[in-house]
Amino acid sequence: MKRILVRKDAYYDSVFLMLATRELEGTEGVDGAVVAMGTPMNLELLTGLGYGSAEGGGALASAGPGDLVVAVDCADAAAAEKAIALAIDLVTKKKGPAAQAGQAYPRAASTAGALKLLPEANLAIVSVPGAYAAREARLALERGLHVMVFSDNVSLEDEIALKTLAASKGLLLMGPDCGTAIIGGKPLCFANVVARGPVGIVAASGTGLQEVSCLVDRAGVGVSQAIGCGGRDLKNAKVGGMTSLLAIEGLERDPETKVLLVVSKPPAPETAAKVVAALERGGKPAVAHFLGLKDRPADRDPVYHAASLEEAAALAAAFAKNGADAAARMAAAAAVRARLDAEAAQGVGELAGREAARLAPGQKFLRGLYAGGTVADEALFIADAALGQVRSNNQTDPSLVLADPRISEGHTIVDLGDDAFTVGKPHPMIDPSQRNARIVEEGKDPSTAVLLLDVVLGYGSHDDPAGASLEAIAGARAAAAARGGYLPVVASVIGTGADPQGYGAQVAKLEAAGVVVMPSNRRAALLAVEIAKAAARGSSAKGGAR
Amino acid sequence: MSARPLDSLFAEGPKVLNLGLEKFAASLAREGAPVAHVEWKPPAGGDVRAIAALDRIASRARVDVDAANAESVRRILAAKPTVVGIGVAKDVVPGMHRKLVLHAGPPVAWKDMSGPMRGAVMGGLIHEGLAKTPAEAEALAASGEIEFDSCHHHDSVGPMAGVMTASMPVWIVENKAFGNRAYCTLNEGLGKVLRYGAYGDEVQERLSWMRDSLAPILAEALKMRGPIDMTTVIAQVLQMGDEGHNRNRAGTSTIIRELAPHLVMVDAPKSEISKALAFLNANDHFFLNLTMPSAKCAVDAAAGIEGSTVITTMARNGTEFGIRLSGLPGRWFTGPASVVEGLYLPGFTAADAARDIGDSVITETSGIGGFAMAAAPAIVKFVGGSPADAIDVTLRMYEITLAESEQYRIPALDFRGTPTGIDARKVVETGILPAINTGIAHKEPGVGMVGAGLVKPPENVFRDAVIAFAERYA
Repeated sequence: MKRILVRKDAYYDSVFLMLATRELEGTEGVDGAVVAMGTPMNLELLTGLGYGSAEGGGALASAGPGDLVVAVDCADAAAAEKAIALAIDLVTKKKGPAAQAGQAYPRAASTAGALKLLPEANLAIVSVPGAYAAREARLALERGLHVMVFSDNVSLEDEIALKTLAASKGLLLMGPDCGTAIIGGKPLCFANVVARGPVGIVAASGTGLQEVSCLVDRAGVGVSQAIGCGGRDLKNAKVGGMTSLLAIEGLERDPETKVLLVVSKPPAPETAAKVVAALERGGKPAVAHFLGLKDRPADRDPVYHAASLEEAAALAAAFAKNGADAAARMAAAAAVRARLDAEAAQGVGELAGREAARLAPGQKFLRGLYAGGTVADEALFIADAALGQVRSNNQTDPSLVLADPRISEGHTIVDLGDDAFTVGKPHPMIDPSQRNARIVEEGKDPSTAVLLLDVVLGYGSHDDPAGASLEAIAGARAAAAARGGYLPVVASVIGTGADPQGYGAQVAKLEAAGVVVMPSNRRAALLAVEIAKAAARGSSAKGGAR
Repeated sequence: MSARPLDSLFAEGPKVLNLGLEKFAASLAREGAPVAHVEWKPPAGGDVRAIAALDRIASRARVDVDAANAESVRRILAAKPTVVGIGVAKDVVPGMHRKLVLHAGPPVAWKDMSGPMRGAVMGGLIHEGLAKTPAEAEALAASGEIEFDSCHHHDSVGPMAGVMTASMPVWIVENKAFGNRAYCTLNEGLGKVLRYGAYGDEVQERLSWMRDSLAPILAEALKMRGPIDMTTVIAQVLQMGDEGHNRNRAGTSTIIRELAPHLVMVDAPKSEISKALAFLNANDHFFLNLTMPSAKCAVDAAAGIEGSTVITTMARNGTEFGIRLSGLPGRWFTGPASVVEGLYLPGFTAADAARDIGDSVITETSGIGGFAMAAAPAIVKFVGGSPADAIDVTLRMYEITLAESEQYRIPALDFRGTPTGIDARKVVETGILPAINTGIAHKEPGVGMVGAGLVKPPENVFRDAVIAFAERYA
């Protein structure tokens, strides 16, 4: 039986609600459940699911976006009652670090009220539903606050209007869909706890920023500021890099910042020129990396172009240590590139050979399962260049876009943070259960030759992403072993030792489970590619022997 | 801040207002960054017309709304309500006449009146000698011969049904700062009383006694005592456990003290003076009918300020809840009166309750009552049971008000001034509704009070007012 409960004026954030939905769905006696706010979209969804005629379904007609709706489909009335009580309990009970830290900061029911409690506030983080995010961002800008818009689903027009307003006030508008930033050494939203230092980062991508900031940290250097600009800032000519340019100018002035690092998907050509011009004008040593850009522009001191996130981080770290003048920088750049090439080659063939040696015939394909979009892209570029015909939901070549992102075909790299996976479900960085299920699926596929994973640490991410995936990894490997094969798993961990999850502890957990952990996403991808290549050779050799 | 806001952000580090996911606030706190968390809800409950109106007012109002509101608030805070005497309604209340019945709340026609309101009207007509029996009174009320109007249109307020007729004695409270006056009947006590819709012999006898004996005695004592500065008295009672609406024990006690030395000097039989004192002593809510006109003349001084979004009236007639904005004088914004969430006297349940009724919400309009809940630990059972709940209620009201009273202070909040000057924009933006304490009437006329509690005003009245304001000014 289906039953509906509407609670008037009880607003909860969607992440909270999605977690409650998941928990309910996993409860015995519950066949289906939705815990959501009464937005027109959700109400339509519930009506579509047949809840309009459910017990209490009449209340849906008068529910609004500020009302909580609990919909359950249960075996009987007693189970329904229990499920509804559990749902209310789940959403009203505060748990985890937020509740423990509940006394650590003041709270108010409105922005104006909060501003009275923290009159010196200079930045607003906006992570409200997309339909309201632009308005809250505008109100914050009008109050003279810098704004980080974590929310997605903000229209291009709104983004342009907000960034124009911000620019007129000299304020920073990070985002929309900006998951990560570091300001004055403080990690915002999904950022990692990175050492403070001289590298100032401007990034139009979330996990790209996380990867480079963590690599800079691991290189023994630190980050002054890391500004997230939102995916469209450089890519869309109409936005024209308004945030990136303001951030670059700010970092050029910032006395703590000695080196600039810009990471983005390929910008609109005129915007790219503006960015490079701004970097040249600023004069501080700078490194730019435009992901997936086929023809990398030539270096022109003080602006250097990196071929990967890893190289970008390494160049920035090198300039921070030894970048006094153009000659020193050129030498440092050459040394960094030589070292990266050597490291990428060193031992990889041997390692790949060792892992591939245990594969069974028919194990041919690389399967990359990513939580982070930008690192998924990086792996895709690397694999596509080396293997060709790599399918992905992020593919730019339409013929190679996965028909169904839930089903791998051939070499596949899938971004599980894509909308296809996250509508009504938590992002895989917060809740690894969708990826875990996919890991198990790939293990069942006898053609899978290697699994490639990212493990993203930092605030906001799952408390123990490595630990949470061990059971799925073990299951996938056991399935391969049961078929007489072996399943290599290659991963990189994006994080630092100071992150709440701890880089070292997470790596140790993975390694104990037989996962090969590489020091960067690029190198993990390169190793996985080598294993796939070795598998192909092995398969053909073994096939030939037959 | 330096000339470039970005430079200061980099130099000072983030000091964050967090709207949305609380996790982010917790992480920042853990990293030692100053952060305040906003328990965000969709503005205006997601009502797009109201949101658009707020945005229009913010972006292109033709008046300086903030300046207008500052003036409204200045007037409320500067008010000097003073009890100057007791008069007869027809002599002192503007526009009062023998066939006029004033009632609480926004205007309402006889046919739309709730049970308690009808009962009170009938009782009032009998009291005036215009009808001899309830049946006659009912017929007369329906005949069209009687004029009905809102107390608020006559500088008056009345608790519950709020019925005032021509011969009733009224308190005269003058706002010495601005010269305006407000009027209110004398409180009849609990049980079967006119304001709860009772109209029988017991009620009639009491009303006559109040008119013929109590009022003249009190009037003479007051004359000897001289005007009573209500600001001072209300400030005191807020520190004695009253909040100015649902709890009036301290206020009533204080007023008895103020009048007692003079009462004993009144030229009247000792038995009548004793009866008057006993009546005051037996009626905790006697003081409410002084607080209400005090609040009324304070907020009335803030009415009619061009471009002000301050709420200058909230009132219920048992059928509708209505508000008026300072900048939209003469216009009521109404919605259905709600059922009060409350605690019931033994023998009664929510099924017995009439809908929300009375002008006593003028106290909240002026910044006391539910807004001063933190001052009244004795009645916290109405708001959840613990003093902390009461403090929460008051703290939330600071989110929808523009100022803090300089006179009325709350001991439990370190003598912080009560939240004063309700901004309709803030109510709509935050979705925080004014916290209103109230008594609950029985839905049938003549039964009386069945409980007390908190009432939630209909949200549409605030949204409608803001939309109308935007149409007028933006």
